[in-house]
Amino acid sequence: MFSNPDLQKLLFGRLTLDAVPLHEPILLITFAMVGLGGLAVLGGLTYFRLWGPLWRDWFTSVDHKKIGIMYIVLALVMLLRGFADALMMRAQQAMAFGPNEGYLPPHHYDQIFTAHGVIMIFFVAMPLVTGLMNFVVPLQIGARDVAFPFLNNFSFWMTVAGAVTVMASLFVGEFARTGWLAYPPLSGPAMSPGVGVDYYIWALQIAGIGTLLSGINLIATIVKMRAPGMGMMRMPIFTWTALCTNILIVAAFPILTAVLAMLSLDRYVGTHFFSNDLGGNPMMYVNLIWIWGHPEVYILILPAFGVFSEITATFSRKRLFGYASMVYATVVITILSYLVWLHHFFTMGSGASVNSFFGITTMIISIPTGAKIFNWLFTMYKGRIDFDVPMLWTVGFMVTFTVGGMTGVLLAVPPADFVLHNSLFLIAHFHNVIIGGVLFGMLAGITYWFPKAFGYKLDAFWGKMSFWFWLTGFWFAFMPLYILGLMGVTRRVQHFDDPSLQIWFVIAAFGAFLILLGIASFIVTLVVSFLKREELRDLTGDPWNGRTLEWATSSPPPDYNFAFTPVVHDHDAWWDMKKRGYVRPVSGFSKIHMPRGTATGLILGMISIVFSFAMIWYIWWLAALTFAALVVVTIGHTFNYARDFYIHADEVVRTENARTALLAERV
Amino acid sequence: MAAHSTAALTADDFKGPGDTPVFVDTHGKHHPEGGTMLGFWLYLMSDCLIFAALFAVYAVLGRNYAAGPSPKDLFDLKLVALNTSMLLFSSITYGFAMLEMEKEKRGRMQLWLAVTGLFGLCFIGLELYEFQHLIHEGATPQRSAFLSAFFTLVGTHGLHVSLGIVWLVILMVQVQMRGLGDENKRRLMCLSMFWHFLDVVWIGVFTFVYLMGVL
Repeated sequence: MFSNPDLQKLLFGRLTLDAVPLHEPILLITFAMVGLGGLAVLGGLTYFRLWGPLWRDWFTSVDHKKIGIMYIVLALVMLLRGFADALMMRAQQAMAFGPNEGYLPPHHYDQIFTAHGVIMIFFVAMPLVTGLMNFVVPLQIGARDVAFPFLNNFSFWMTVAGAVTVMASLFVGEFARTGWLAYPPLSGPAMSPGVGVDYYIWALQIAGIGTLLSGINLIATIVKMRAPGMGMMRMPIFTWTALCTNILIVAAFPILTAVLAMLSLDRYVGTHFFSNDLGGNPMMYVNLIWIWGHPEVYILILPAFGVFSEITATFSRKRLFGYASMVYATVVITILSYLVWLHHFFTMGSGASVNSFFGITTMIISIPTGAKIFNWLFTMYKGRIDFDVPMLWTVGFMVTFTVGGMTGVLLAVPPADFVLHNSLFLIAHFHNVIIGGVLFGMLAGITYWFPKAFGYKLDAFWGKMSFWFWLTGFWFAFMPLYILGLMGVTRRVQHFDDPSLQIWFVIAAFGAFLILLGIASFIVTLVVSFLKREELRDLTGDPWNGRTLEWATSSPPPDYNFAFTPVVHDHDAWWDMKKRGYVRPVSGFSKIHMPRGTATGLILGMISIVFSFAMIWYIWWLAALTFAALVVVTIGHTFNYARDFYIHADEVVRTENARTALLAERV
Repeated sequence: MAAHSTAALTADDFKGPGDTPVFVDTHGKHHPEGGTMLGFWLYLMSDCLIFAALFAVYAVLGRNYAAGPSPKDLFDLKLVALNTSMLLFSSITYGFAMLEMEKEKRGRMQLWLAVTGLFGLCFIGLELYEFQHLIHEGATPQRSAFLSAFFTLVGTHGLHVSLGIVWLVILMVQVQMRGLGDENKRRLMCLSMFWHFLDVVWIGVFTFVYLMGVL
């Protein structure tokens, strides 16, 4: 492009036109589809004149409800990407036997399984969990927002920036070919000299900042902003699990930041943390990353347990069985999750006593988890159970997750693990608990709280379709992997020689197809419900006859959530209020103090994308420039002292009177 | 955000006539406390974990010299003692600044903050001098795993102190512009925690890296 290679290097670092994979038909098609889809969305936004509202009411909003919804939208979009990767892997493995090489060459296949893991954990499961906590927790504790509303918006945009960075790797350059945890020395500068691992590092570092700050934010919110009367043992279980999850986030993510920073130093500066020579130690990376990684899986599952607790109590029309034991079980799991990391690499060879310790702590975790399962079962026992869609997900979870838990205990036995390590048995196990636990939980939670967020319920027929496709799809997709794993088939393999294995991969691919129908049904649910929204409208704010405070306000809640802060006397506060004749006040409203929206978070997120891109491609001038811009914008933000405003009393009166009229109409 | 020092309200504070339960706070009695101090403390604890990871790495790699120089060959304890005293003094002077803040004496507080910043700059200057000296002798971060871990641990601390100095200057400007309002006092408290936290971390570095390395 330039006659002077030095100038080109100065301007573009190692970025050249070859980095755009024009020779890969699969990527070109993806590119075209994403481009067309993007243009359609942009065109639609312009046609319907939605840019203004989108900017004012969503992008720059510091309202925890809006931010929570945006997190979930991000997660659902990324789910499509991560699932497309899954389908490609299943298709490849179903066909690549003997002379048939399949359609994905190894270097492409390796990027796909890495991207699948990274996206599903960091940009699907995490935003789902964070989004749900963001939306629900302040409502459940009777607060008007989170402790640090601006930080909340900033966290969201940093998560988006990480997601955009991963997506960019699809079209410019490549993604890591290392597996989702990028173990060195494979991820070191010698074995992975390309940009793939750098994309991985920067995407995770940027999103990690967002996750850590949102963890701090939600802890401060739960500790400091609960409604009067809500002692710790009166908090809803979902809030309890959110508290424990965020404690885990704050206590685990710094380790990820540190270990990825050291990997970056190895790659950018040439240090010897994880190299094989000059004293480096790759196994230290594996230890450190799992000290983050194991708590991470509990970060994901605890909020799902919280969702199931709320749903089981609501739809069984009973108080949750064993509230206190549920709280203690959650806390015990929180603590134990730090004492098991080594079970991810028993084969490191740390000796019988170390392996026994970690094997035993791992097995002990199943005790509080089992206690929870029994609590849910006893809640259902003699309850008047309504099998609405959220409850279906819950029952499906209990059956599926229990199997996954048991295979987990099996893997916790070090000698068994020596046989099953890195086999498809392990893959089946963790999909069993992450799909059957986290994903079912999040889909249950979305269905459960959707009417609160948008004012109408989701269509039950398509919701049930989605549930049954997901459930059967999961069983078809992963039971064969258990069998293959027991036969010794290892993970991350692009081609097989033994034709007798093929049938199992075909069954697994069929399962993935069923899951595709499940995802499609979920999208249909959203569309159909939107079209039928008048029919499905919830005017009461309490469509499920709920028990906790979020159901005390309207659906969707006003910006300020509660005109008057609720006072809590029992741990099912709203149920208690309904039972003891609470009368909603209809006058006496006054002005309400609220945080003001700002674009700073969005600007910082966007600059971070350019910064990480410049770092990945060694475009040093741009990296320096964008880093300076980040510093200047951050400092500039601290000079803005006008962070809040009052919602005028008249406006509160108007909003509340409209609700009074709606409620009166219904009676 | 003003000082709502009253203890958190309980449901008992909301009784209606004849003990009937009150379910909403119609009189605006409830003021949730500001969470800034707690939030910042949580941030510090997360930062502490980054240091914990770096200390752990140093513990694992600290003796992997790869036939290169060892701490005994490299560290000049006199220089480090001087360096340490700079940081310790800066913590004391930050404390003096906070005392003046409590007395609402803005001018004297600014003076002590400036002294704190100067001590901080001395610390950073000495550290850079030490690094430059080591690199000049061929003891670069690329030389061995020990040196990688050393430069990263000490350098991360140094970056934090540099950031603290920048923050200090910004706060001095903001105090000059807007006086000692609640907001600025809260920010000064946060920086205070940050500064003392770095002091504590340095004591760990001094003991664990320098003293134990040379002894």
